[in-house]
Amino acid sequence: MNLWQSMARRDRVFEFLAPAISPVDVRHGPILYMEDVTVSFDGFRAIDNLNLTIDDGELRCIIGPNGAGKTTMMDIITGKTRPDTGDVWFGSRHDLLTMNEPEIASLGIGRKFQKPTVFEALTVFENLELAMTADKRVIPTLTARLTGDVRDRIEEVLTMIQLADQQAQPAGILSHGQKQWLEIGMLLMQRPRLLLVDEPVAGMTEQEMERTAELLTSLAGKQSVVVVEHDMGFVRSIARTVTVLHQGSVLAEGSMDQVQSDPRVIEVYLGESEEAA
Amino acid sequence: MWLSRPFNERSTRLFLLILVLAVTLVTILHLALPPENPLYVSGYTVGLLGKYLCYALLAVAVDLVWGYLGILSLGHGAFFALGGYAMGMYLMRQIGDRGTYGDPVLPDFMVFLNWESLPWYWHGFDMAWFAFLMVLLAPGALALVFGYLAFRSRVTGVYLSIITQAMTFALMLAFFRNEMGFGGNNGLTDFYDILGFDLRSGATRLGLFIASGVALALGYVLCRAIVASKLGRVCVASRDAEARTRFLGYRVERVQLFVFVVSAMLAGVAGALYVPQVGIINPSEFEPLFSIEIVVWVALGGRATLYGAVIGAILVNYAKTVFTGVMPDAWLFALGGLFVVSTVLLPKGIAGVLAYRRKQRNESDTTEVPA
Amino acid sequence: MRIPCTLMGQTRCHAAMTRIVNLWLLCLLLIALPFAAMAQDDADDGQALLEALDVRSFQDKAEAIEAIIQSEDERANDWLQALLDGDLQRHKDDGRFVIITDNVGREWPARDALTGEDVGEISRRELSRIDINNALRSQLRSALSMVELYTGERDERLDAAEGLIGDVDDELADSLESRLDDEADADVRNRLNQALAVYRLEQGEMDAVETLSGSLNSDVRIALSRAAEGEGAVADAARAALVDIEQKLKVNRGLETLYFGLSMGSVLVLAAIGLAITFGVMGVINMAHGELIMLGAYSTWMMQQLLPGHPGLAVLLSIPVGFLVSALVGVIIERSVIQHLKGRPLETLLATFGVSLILQQLVRTVVSPLNRTVTTPEWMSGSVAINDALSLTLNRLYIMAFAVLVFVGLILIMRRTRLGLEVRAVTQNRAMARSMGIRATRVDILTFALGSGVAGLAGVALAQLTNVGPNLGQSYIIDSFMVVVFGGVGNLWGTLVAGLSLGVINQILEPWAGAVLAKILVLVFIILFIQKRPRGLFPQKGRAAEG
Ligand SMILES: Nc1ncnc2c1ncn2[C@@H]1O[C@H](COP(=O)(O)OP(=O)(O)OP(=O)(O)O)[C@@H](O)[C@H]1O
Ligand SMILES: [Mg+2]
Repeated sequence: MNLWQSMARRDRVFEFLAPAISPVDVRHGPILYMEDVTVSFDGFRAIDNLNLTIDDGELRCIIGPNGAGKTTMMDIITGKTRPDTGDVWFGSRHDLLTMNEPEIASLGIGRKFQKPTVFEALTVFENLELAMTADKRVIPTLTARLTGDVRDRIEEVLTMIQLADQQAQPAGILSHGQKQWLEIGMLLMQRPRLLLVDEPVAGMTEQEMERTAELLTSLAGKQSVVVVEHDMGFVRSIARTVTVLHQGSVLAEGSMDQVQSDPRVIEVYLGESEEAA
Repeated sequence: MWLSRPFNERSTRLFLLILVLAVTLVTILHLALPPENPLYVSGYTVGLLGKYLCYALLAVAVDLVWGYLGILSLGHGAFFALGGYAMGMYLMRQIGDRGTYGDPVLPDFMVFLNWESLPWYWHGFDMAWFAFLMVLLAPGALALVFGYLAFRSRVTGVYLSIITQAMTFALMLAFFRNEMGFGGNNGLTDFYDILGFDLRSGATRLGLFIASGVALALGYVLCRAIVASKLGRVCVASRDAEARTRFLGYRVERVQLFVFVVSAMLAGVAGALYVPQVGIINPSEFEPLFSIEIVVWVALGGRATLYGAVIGAILVNYAKTVFTGVMPDAWLFALGGLFVVSTVLLPKGIAGVLAYRRKQRNESDTTEVPA
Repeated sequence: MRIPCTLMGQTRCHAAMTRIVNLWLLCLLLIALPFAAMAQDDADDGQALLEALDVRSFQDKAEAIEAIIQSEDERANDWLQALLDGDLQRHKDDGRFVIITDNVGREWPARDALTGEDVGEISRRELSRIDINNALRSQLRSALSMVELYTGERDERLDAAEGLIGDVDDELADSLESRLDDEADADVRNRLNQALAVYRLEQGEMDAVETLSGSLNSDVRIALSRAAEGEGAVADAARAALVDIEQKLKVNRGLETLYFGLSMGSVLVLAAIGLAITFGVMGVINMAHGELIMLGAYSTWMMQQLLPGHPGLAVLLSIPVGFLVSALVGVIIERSVIQHLKGRPLETLLATFGVSLILQQLVRTVVSPLNRTVTTPEWMSGSVAINDALSLTLNRLYIMAFAVLVFVGLILIMRRTRLGLEVRAVTQNRAMARSMGIRATRVDILTFALGSGVAGLAGVALAQLTNVGPNLGQSYIIDSFMVVVFGGVGNLWGTLVAGLSLGVINQILEPWAGAVLAKILVLVFIILFIQKRPRGLFPQKGRAAEG
């Protein structure tokens, strides 16, 4: 049976897709909680009093015109950018603002970048190997061995992202779309509790988009997924809740239909894109 | 064991084989042949080759950080020199009362400066084990402090190169001062013996040459083991996309620090073996020019291959020996030209050329098979 | 006339001392020669006046000097000055008196003391000098000063009055008092008053202290400290005045440190600013930058070789020449090496380092491995006195002004010209600028030429301060990088602030740490600073900068 179809079936749980054990505490509330976050660059407020909550297991789409602050929001969550004010909590126990990137990553937050960044000099296989959940301190990394289990997991993901044939090739020679897939594969290897996916389908064909949509929906439930995307068709196909970001703060939130009928959204965003279309 | 991993690689086995053969050959030619024989290797040549081997180890250390970690250190000469000074201090203390002034404890230059007693940091260097430990610890400690500060605040790229250069420059100025207690611009010299062996005897020289060969082999295997491990891949990852590596959960700054310190210690060992073979250590080893020269050995040999570094170090230094003997003025032209050529025309160095030709041969082999 | 101060801290007193020692050495030499005095009758009574000087007894000489002063001969001033300087000599054969104009080598050019006409070069063996002792010297100085006081221009009178401080005796005091009544200029009066006050202080007069307090003149200080050694009210007052003076001196020393710091800083700014352009705009580490500075310095030297006898003109011409030479070499480097290494900063660093070795060796081979000195033109030597304790050397002042000019020029180029606009666009986003039709290659070439040319200008300036040699560039390259990195890449103002502050910090550290340690401390400081602010004082902003 096609792996993709089987994955879309919710009753089967793929062991390798299950999130790794994360210390995140979601018993009393959402998995991600951002309150009154503000960032400015040289006086320009890229994020302006942003409030956002993501529940455990939720699949959330975030849309917004260029420069709305979507990528910046992800930068804040992953520790790349420090906000001027506000709170960012992962579960109820972890204040993300006190941590650096590796610490946040090892809490179980994975990220796919808008511009695909893979390690070009390493092979596809090695890219996945590095992404895998493991003890990432220096000495354990030095002495780590490639066990059969690990190998199996990597092979599974390789099949899934359809790069099994290219596994021994350097990632630098992959096409743009293949790099996107490799990044998604790396995310899967990480098995995070919270996935932040920035424009996953840019550069993909219609079919590949469908596959991505299937994959993301299949992940939701066990993992929380935040997807930023400009492609409205794609968003519609996966979205349950949509958040519209505009000028650094939330403009509207709700189902795709609700959002689309919101006059403010139409004005700033959908209106424009429909005109363009 | 991760340390044994390199032995599974064909290239490492080949490298070690060639090294062992070369060292054995030189030993045999030196010991078994009479001096009249044209193939005889003189004691002078043995010393020269031993020096090249030390340089090769130094180049391997630089390649480890530059080739794999992407950190262009323009200050590795400082680690080399610190290792050399640690060894020099031991050799100084071994002189005992045989110095010109006959003081049983104080080295000549201290007597000359009217110093009453040994500065605190000279204590313990009369014991070989302590001195040899310092050969590792002194450069290691400098690398640790410097690297900790630099990597923690994410100083990378050319900024890092420039401040490593400033570091070695500052150390050079410091070691030139007599007040530092390291012999000022004369440095440490006029040694007698090491571990009880007379430094001027041929047998000691040969011993040091072999020791340099062994150190190179061990250093090479150690670097290979790091490079072939998952840590090695993290190094490459952080070299090419540092931020991305962090988002995968690796503490890049710690990886950098670890490898940087290992590399500094290797450089220190190279310096320590170098000093008894050339008989002197002085602040010129701290010169920025020397550090940057090391980098060009690596660039010429081919970075991120390790064996390329060895080839580069030996070739350039052989060329230097020849040039400075025949046309000393032309050497700087040649060296300068080498910098330009190896970066502009040979970006992958000699190792890159070798790999390319091997690949071409393989391809022509495979196309011939079906025919 | 002022004695030019060449180096920091060298006081007028010092220079005068060495001159006196030299004079004594010459005296000894001449006494050893057979003494010849051949009187020759002449209608000119000047000859008689001078002959009276050519006697053994210093007592007689003193009278002869007095006679000359009394004679009111218009050449008296000239004679006395020559006598004081040891330039008044007598020809052993014909007994003629000559004034030598230069005493280097064996043959001395001279002019006739009586007629003033040039008599060509005379072997020094044929001359015998009219020698004087310290008492005569002081007498001569006072006499000359008095003459100056009556006949000189305002500045000459000022100098003369100053020269009198500490040399006033009873006789002179009277004539000074009378002169004081006629003197119109306030400054000159002030000095005269001080000179008299020193005299009165020596007589133990209390109110003299008041006149002297606050004066920075070293002779005044000597007089005051002599007075302070004793007991009684005058001594107490003198001590208080000395404390006051000490305070003022401290301020002056602070100002002096600042001045030297700023001038050293200007040199750093000049050396670094070209680098800031190439590094900031193109991301290119040009290790050959130091050698471009060196070429600028050699251009100055070259120009002076080509225009012998016109050092000033040569220096002025070397400004455009140095710029062009370095800019040309810079363009050659850019076209032959750097353009092939786009986007590989570390390789660029290595390759340009290779270029720097080649350039150094080229100069060694073609010119010479030895250092050359560049003559400082007349109008650049000497110093400006701010007060008695603080005088600013002119060449450093010129270099500071030059640095300011270059800096302002660069800022204008960056802000006001099309090139500047394009350069800034390329700095921000190379790909975008290119797509907007900016020819990045052309911008690169021009930028590199500009940066290199400015390095050449730095060399022209440096040639005025140090020897010109093949290693000149090397000693500045690390400093220049430190300045750029400290100031923040791609920011000219950052370079300015960084260069000036590093210069001042270095000058402040130097007195108590010594030059080498000060340098080490500055390097360590920058290394630590970079840890705190990896992008320098004024970091470049925007996403592109995060690389
Ligand atoms: N490091 C930075 N320095 C200066 N400005 C920044 C920085 N990062 C982001 N910005 C600004 O913040 C704003 C939001 O940027 P962001 O990348 O978050 O937008 P976005 O919503 O992801 O847009 P897009 O859909 O085009 O990806 C932009 O105007 C951008 O210029
Ligand atoms: Mg974005």
